[in-house]
Amino acid sequence: MTQTRILSRDQSITGLAQPRIMDDLDQLEAQSIFILREAYRKLKPLSLLWSLGKDSNVMVWLARKAFMGHVPFPVMHVDTEKKFPEMYAFRDEYTKKWNLDLLLGYCPPVEEIDPSLPPAARSAARKTAGLAAMIDKHKFRGVIAGIRRDEQATRAKERVFSPRGAGHRWDVRNQPPEFWDQYATPYEDGMHIRVHPLLAWREIDIWRYIEREGIPLVDLYFAKNGKRYRSLGDQDITNPIESNASTVAEVIAELETSRTSERAGRAMDHESEDVFERLRVAGYL
Amino acid sequence: MGDNIVTESFSETPRAAATPIVIVGHVDHGKSTLIGRLLYDTDSLQDGKLAQIVESSRKRGLAVEWSFLLDSLQIERDQGVTVDSTRIPFRLGSREFVIVDAPGHRQFLRNMITGAADAEAAVLVVDAKEGAQEQTRRHAMLLRLIGIRHVIVLLNKSDILGFDEAQIVKVESDVRQLLGRLEIEVEAVVPASARDGDNIASRSERSLWYKGPTLVEALANVPPPASRAALPFRMPVQDVYRFDGIRYVAGRIERGTVRAGDRLSIGAQGQIATVAEVCRWHAPELPVAGAGESIALRLEPDLVPDRGDLLFPADDRAAAPERSARIRTRLFWLRGEPLRVGESFTLRLATAEHDVTVASIDAVVDLEDLTLREGDSVPPDGFAEITLAASHAVLFDPFSPGFGDGRGVLVDRYQRIVGGAPLIGPAELADGEHAIHPTASRVSAARQVQTRGHKSGVFWLTGLPGSGKSTVARAAELALSEQAINATVLDGDTLRAGLCSDLGFSPEDRHENIRRAAHVAKILAESGQVVIVALVSPLQADRAQARQIVGENFHEVFVDTPLETCEKRDPKGLYAAARAGKIPEFTGISAPYEAPVSPELRLPADRPEQEAINTLTAFILRIVQP
Repeated sequence: MTQTRILSRDQSITGLAQPRIMDDLDQLEAQSIFILREAYRKLKPLSLLWSLGKDSNVMVWLARKAFMGHVPFPVMHVDTEKKFPEMYAFRDEYTKKWNLDLLLGYCPPVEEIDPSLPPAARSAARKTAGLAAMIDKHKFRGVIAGIRRDEQATRAKERVFSPRGAGHRWDVRNQPPEFWDQYATPYEDGMHIRVHPLLAWREIDIWRYIEREGIPLVDLYFAKNGKRYRSLGDQDITNPIESNASTVAEVIAELETSRTSERAGRAMDHESEDVFERLRVAGYL
Repeated sequence: MGDNIVTESFSETPRAAATPIVIVGHVDHGKSTLIGRLLYDTDSLQDGKLAQIVESSRKRGLAVEWSFLLDSLQIERDQGVTVDSTRIPFRLGSREFVIVDAPGHRQFLRNMITGAADAEAAVLVVDAKEGAQEQTRRHAMLLRLIGIRHVIVLLNKSDILGFDEAQIVKVESDVRQLLGRLEIEVEAVVPASARDGDNIASRSERSLWYKGPTLVEALANVPPPASRAALPFRMPVQDVYRFDGIRYVAGRIERGTVRAGDRLSIGAQGQIATVAEVCRWHAPELPVAGAGESIALRLEPDLVPDRGDLLFPADDRAAAPERSARIRTRLFWLRGEPLRVGESFTLRLATAEHDVTVASIDAVVDLEDLTLREGDSVPPDGFAEITLAASHAVLFDPFSPGFGDGRGVLVDRYQRIVGGAPLIGPAELADGEHAIHPTASRVSAARQVQTRGHKSGVFWLTGLPGSGKSTVARAAELALSEQAINATVLDGDTLRAGLCSDLGFSPEDRHENIRRAAHVAKILAESGQVVIVALVSPLQADRAQARQIVGENFHEVFVDTPLETCEKRDPKGLYAAARAGKIPEFTGISAPYEAPVSPELRLPADRPEQEAINTLTAFILRIVQP
């Protein structure tokens, strides 16, 4: 684990230092850095959604990788005011430690949300409304969000740069082609692009990267009294899972054998078959 | 610079990234069923997903339907087709794969490309009984153009042929011939039944004559991606930053390696700098970086390259990229309207953007038999070989399957990606051909709308002499100006007084007159102007050509005044002269007038003139108001 060992692997017989052989995490990291740098160059003003969960922490970390230790755009926390107290403490600590430019947004009361949605989804939709207000207020052209394809089938349909038209709507039937690392740019006033640098990552990649890089997390992810959270939403609509994994390594070991979906603890996903898509078309992450 | 760490966890071989496999093929040849079967046979389903499928099937009163796994969006279920690509991981032994499902419906080609472009290998699903169909050919063509190196053919539904050797060998030879024409190397042709599981994960008892691999064996044989490390260094500059007083040239290495001390040539200007440091944040400190890494370089001298500048080894001509202002390229065309010569685009090439014009369409692919034919336009979802002319020399490497080189993408003025252009190489000029390098406006359509307050358009008024075209056009021009809309009228007599004063009234000269008017209208419209053309333009073919020149902005308006009315009005005394034989080839009298079949707007003569003016003005306003 010392520099000598690295040189012994990376030194060729010609004496010239050789590049590292990239493993899967190196490749995911390099691609995410590429995406973040494209977003920073092409979309101004730009902001990163920091939900305080594990994925968005990885995303902040990747931004620091892309910009040599800096996050050169604001991070946005859209607060439902129903998060766990541990999450607020984490936010305040790392805003300082990582020198983040934090923007806070708040969500309207649930009474103002579409009453045709099932209860948990209606609660989740508050966040969409809060986010929309923030985007309008700051006129963001780019919003970086930490969704992954493997989380939920609807998210599997996403683009890395996903245009949102008037009213922030996602036109899932009419998405632009995206290939060879060429991404959509905004073409009309009032639209913005959702940027998804983690789209290709899987849950286990996130955890292995957290372990490799030593990225801090809220400790709700680690087991206490036989329970831990696998995914963090609002207090009232997120349930912990049975688990004894109390370290990152133990979580990884658990995931390698687990066969349940990550969002199994999110109530809104199970209320009706199309609820997630309805939320996402309207602007939910 | 930055925060470097020296710790690293070791394993003997680095964990490889999952191999992306795209599954393509004609609609209903069984792609989704194949994916469901593969996931089932390789035990790759999450418990949650299995429960969802069972639940969905149960709600619909169906037996377990494997394709439901992919049809995860409500709208897809409603239509019964897969609309977009989906990615699903699965594992074979120690190797991980990601399946990319691509839809079979033709209009969704762009979704297929989105899914397939990153794939390492493709499974082309062909119904054994139906053989290669239109989409089979289209998808095969696309596999070649986006650069998929390994193709496995699955002859699905072979059970319908009873796995009969003679019939299957016949289909196999047809498919191999087809793919051979595309210079695609076929890894295996597997007779199979996805529904029943024959030759998917396990060898079928029904095809004992078949000695080739099962699908799973064929997938396991796909070699890992070719190393790009040994090729000459390329890094397109993505951005230049200044943090903590240090300038960083950021980018991703497309191929080769770079070391501190290397001398690099920068972009087409050819400035030279030395790499002072290979910079990363929170990573093992190494003075070298290789293909695929996103890094930042410190250069000495501290130059400021532009985004898009290609960095490559200085002092080694053999390691330099191609350099040309005319580039021959293959093309897959994604726009809803055909591509024509003379159109201008932005060519995106890695992080670079170049203004280009289509100088020629050299060949168009006939999708019936995948041969190259002559053609003057590329249809929607079509394939072709074209020549692009840029306003200045472009640095590039020719496209090569499996590598990042030469992956051009065409973007229109509305910032839409309209085509993929795997670059072939510098274009040679034919003898006697004079190289022209038209430049395109850098003002986007959106910006024009912003500054002018309206969109542009060409409104082409056709009708008999004396039908009132110029009168209506001029009145509409005035009405539009009152609404702060800039309109220009190009009418026949005005054009003939100047630009076209060398032309007479022979069919050839009329044709040329219309061609010139169309080009002027196009130039004006591209600058954001509203153009009203008032020209007799009697022939369908000439108007069709005008539409072709102008493009999607063209709107045909028929000033439908009958001959008797025109002749009665005869404001210029022309009909009288024509009847007297003083004007040869006069439209309506001694030369034909072909009325438009389906004009976008018809202005009938039986209404007061003011009504025609109002109708035309309202029609134009509806189209050009943002």
